[in-house]
Amino acid sequence: MVRVLINVPKKAHRGEVIEIKVLISHPMESGQRRNEMGQPIPRDIIHSFRCTYNNQVVLEAELFPAVAANPFLSFFAVAEDTGTIVFAFTDDHGTEQVERAAIVIE
Amino acid sequence: MMRVAACALMAAMGVPVAPISAQAAPPPRSGYTDASPATRAMQDDDSVNPAFLWVQQGETLWSTARDGGTSCAGCHGAPASMQGVAARYPAFDAARGRPVTLAQRIELCRTEHQGEERLDQDSETLLSLTALLGLQSRGMPVSVQQDGPMQPFHDEGARLYATQFGQLNLSCHQCHDELAGQTLAGSLIPQGHANGYPLYRLEWQSLGSLYRRIRNCLTGVRATPFAPDAPELIAIEIYLAGRGRGLVVETPAVRP
Repeated sequence: MVRVLINVPKKAHRGEVIEIKVLISHPMESGQRRNEMGQPIPRDIIHSFRCTYNNQVVLEAELFPAVAANPFLSFFAVAEDTGTIVFAFTDDHGTEQVERAAIVIE
Repeated sequence: MMRVAACALMAAMGVPVAPISAQAAPPPRSGYTDASPATRAMQDDDSVNPAFLWVQQGETLWSTARDGGTSCAGCHGAPASMQGVAARYPAFDAARGRPVTLAQRIELCRTEHQGEERLDQDSETLLSLTALLGLQSRGMPVSVQQDGPMQPFHDEGARLYATQFGQLNLSCHQCHDELAGQTLAGSLIPQGHANGYPLYRLEWQSLGSLYRRIRNCLTGVRATPFAPDAPELIAIEIYLAGRGRGLVVETPAVRP
């Protein structure tokens, strides 16, 4: 489990464009570097990210080794219904982490 | 008497008698002012600032107790109760007869009152807790005591600041006062103030302490860095706080 900071407005009006910001604590090791002994450091990145809003995909992204540590993703969505925004991402160890944020439509 | 005479003589010769610290005429300029707009934007927005990943961790640690023990919150209450504390650290500890940094104070609390194991200064736990406490003083003026019992440590810091180190034979003063605002290999030389630590350094891709920064500088001039807990580092931190008088706490800052 890595630390994640999610910024989603708690409340929004129907049809409002909301900004979603996600900051994930991750080393994003590129696989290009070597350690003090000259051995390659294995690649360890978050390679896929998916955000759904009430089961509808808002953003699906593939990440590559050039992305810096602690990746930050910012994107927009249209607020439609009260519900849950789900963030799922998978790293090179194959572990998927899922985070949730609730949003209320006024 | 001798000293007065010497000062009078030097003044008569037109030699400035003021110590180096008093010669640094320009007002202190935070590294924030000279950072790129993108870096400043990262620091300005808490939801973008990666240092808040550590702050978040610090909040968890603050309220978590080890089996049967007391959490930080158990004694101190909410982190907000620590407002202003980080702004006055390092502070003099009368019982120990020496100044103690914020990280050391947290460490003393952990080992003496919570029965936890000793941790490295740059461990994630101490960085997270220091960032959380630093945040509670954000926007408050740096107010580290420089006189009284702190005077000898301030003076030692001032001496070290002016001492030339390493194969490149450079002092802090030569770069961060005389050459501040100019560039070193394309990067701006800042005045080197310590008001944003622990801070997120894009170069490190991580949160880091002031001492990590100073060790980097010493390695840069090809000197042997001080040990992580060396009293020299505390003296420099105290001197830097006095030198940056007028700046506000920016913890957790973002720097290139």
